[in-house]
Amino acid sequence: MTTAVDRPKTQSEVEAQQWLHMYRRMVMIRLFEEQVNDLYTRALMPGLAHLYIGEEAVAVGVCEALEPNDYITSTHRGHGHCLAKGATLDKMFAELLGKEAGYCKGKGGSMHIADPDTGNLGANAIVGGSAGIATGAALSAKRLKTGQVAVCFFGDGALGQGLLYEVMNMASLWKLPVIYVCENNLYNEYTHNSETAAGDMLTRATAFGLHALSVEGQDVRAVYQTAKAVVDRTRSGAGPAFLLCNTYRFMGHHVGDINREYYRSKQEEQMWKTQRDPIKLLSDWMMSQNLADRARFDQIQSEVKSEVEKAVQFAIAAPYPAPDKVDQDVYA
Amino acid sequence: MPETRELTLAEAVREAMAEEMRRDARVFICGEDIAEAGTVFKVLAGLVDEFGTERVLDTPISEAGFTGIAVGAAMTGMRPIVDIMFGDFSTLVMDQMVNQAAKVHYMSGGKWKVPMVMRATLGATRRSAAQHSQSLHAWFCHIPGLKVVLPSTPYDAKGLLKSAIRDDNPVVFFEDKMMYKLKGPVPAEDYTIPFGVADVKRAGTDITIVATSSMVQVALAAAHMLEEHDISAEVIDPRTVWPLDEKTLIESAKKTSRVIVVDEGYGRYGVTAEIASVIAEGAFFDLEAPVKRIGAMHVPIPFSPPLEDATVPNEQSVLQAAKALCGR
Repeated sequence: MTTAVDRPKTQSEVEAQQWLHMYRRMVMIRLFEEQVNDLYTRALMPGLAHLYIGEEAVAVGVCEALEPNDYITSTHRGHGHCLAKGATLDKMFAELLGKEAGYCKGKGGSMHIADPDTGNLGANAIVGGSAGIATGAALSAKRLKTGQVAVCFFGDGALGQGLLYEVMNMASLWKLPVIYVCENNLYNEYTHNSETAAGDMLTRATAFGLHALSVEGQDVRAVYQTAKAVVDRTRSGAGPAFLLCNTYRFMGHHVGDINREYYRSKQEEQMWKTQRDPIKLLSDWMMSQNLADRARFDQIQSEVKSEVEKAVQFAIAAPYPAPDKVDQDVYA
Repeated sequence: MPETRELTLAEAVREAMAEEMRRDARVFICGEDIAEAGTVFKVLAGLVDEFGTERVLDTPISEAGFTGIAVGAAMTGMRPIVDIMFGDFSTLVMDQMVNQAAKVHYMSGGKWKVPMVMRATLGATRRSAAQHSQSLHAWFCHIPGLKVVLPSTPYDAKGLLKSAIRDDNPVVFFEDKMMYKLKGPVPAEDYTIPFGVADVKRAGTDITIVATSSMVQVALAAAHMLEEHDISAEVIDPRTVWPLDEKTLIESAKKTSRVIVVDEGYGRYGVTAEIASVIAEGAFFDLEAPVKRIGAMHVPIPFSPPLEDATVPNEQSVLQAAKALCGR
């Protein structure tokens, strides 16, 4: 039997592999969230679901710039961050359905996925509430000289929280290896941020002496390349950074937020969905560069779709925690 | 023969932290004016000389921020002690303590731990008025996931604080600022005091006085005066209000059949209410009278000395209540 002769991969092949990997991750998040939407609307999922659809390039671009043991903190809209940092689909779905096999044994749910194995300190349902935790993790990394960095994901809504400014100040004073990633999706729940955020977003960070950059958040290549530079800089000891990622939430604030015209127009949504879809932007670019063809993307979509379906079936079949588990884990 | 010295409560607290910092390099303290200043009460004076400014970390005046940082540091390998200058500033750290520290372990299905201590002060009569005098410890007792410690002697303060620092859970440790100069015997060798174990500070047979923090001294003074009225008072200090040593409290109540609970926090929905209910449920058929509660008066703490003094339980109020309960 003959095999192809091994030869070193070319630069463009390496690059293509990297972008295809990110494409797969973004598709995984997209299909995961579409499945969540489906589960929720079929009343199979309890609680609340805040979908990350449209913002995939931010989580993937940033997390691809991190090492496996780097820390992240996430938000109520956190499924994308968890998956991008390496969470598996089956345990994610199981947690969302409140099952024992979930990441938190069903005790956390959609808004509280946490996983030490992937450096995920936890999603947080208090807006801006994890800013201290991420900064504290960076303090540990510096004190224990582990070389880790911590990334704090939050939305533009968190710019209204004082905690963020307190910890950015200390992170800068103490040169902590933390990166504050602001996902500016334009809306604080149902309110445009022109009504909530005065002045300039980036200068809020530069005022504290943070290295602050803004990036096109629908372009995963731009997010990754910028994040990589920022992460490398922070890891080298240069101090904290602030990365403003301009993005858009394709869906409502949560799954039940259907009639949105009182706060944003259908035309606006349509523009983002058709012209600024991060998944399509990447595949279009790769095809234009002859880095991959349509069939390759279709294949990835199909592979991820079956992974997602398998994971959902696992979660639906998985048992709920026994009621006597309710008072376990209150104390360590 | 083990050595025992007389230390002030402030010295005992400082010694506990110094010993634990020597024992475990992961322990550090953060807070406002704690390094060179050694805190406003000088409780930490000198620690920075031994441990340096990275482990005795002066922070900006950002209670929520540095408490949140402590939560994250605790989750990732450090064992922080947060210094909250006045317990009144608990309001500023509540999200970090209640929604973050207390819940991280449970919400993560037991995967992340938060081994941190929040030290704060309580207690009135320092003429510091309404925002520097409150005793707000009951707030923390309400929250599953937290433990709440109220030492009343230098010996207890040192042993309990060492347990708090070694605990893998968030522990809130309240020191009465009026007791920092209180002296008492403290062994030189290493010891810890377990949580959830009440201490009978004085044995008696006619009435039980359950008291916390500086109210233990008040209760002991009242018990001494009660001797003149042929009333033998037992004084019990729960030492940790959560976990609470319900068994010792109930057994004493069954023995004496009369109980007063004294705590400097507000009685309404407070520590005295909880302890009274535990005793009522556990010793109902042995009680001769309803459990009497004595707490801070339900007003903001006033500035003027005669007004402020009127808001706090004292020896006389405990004495009179005890006499009334005993029908004297």
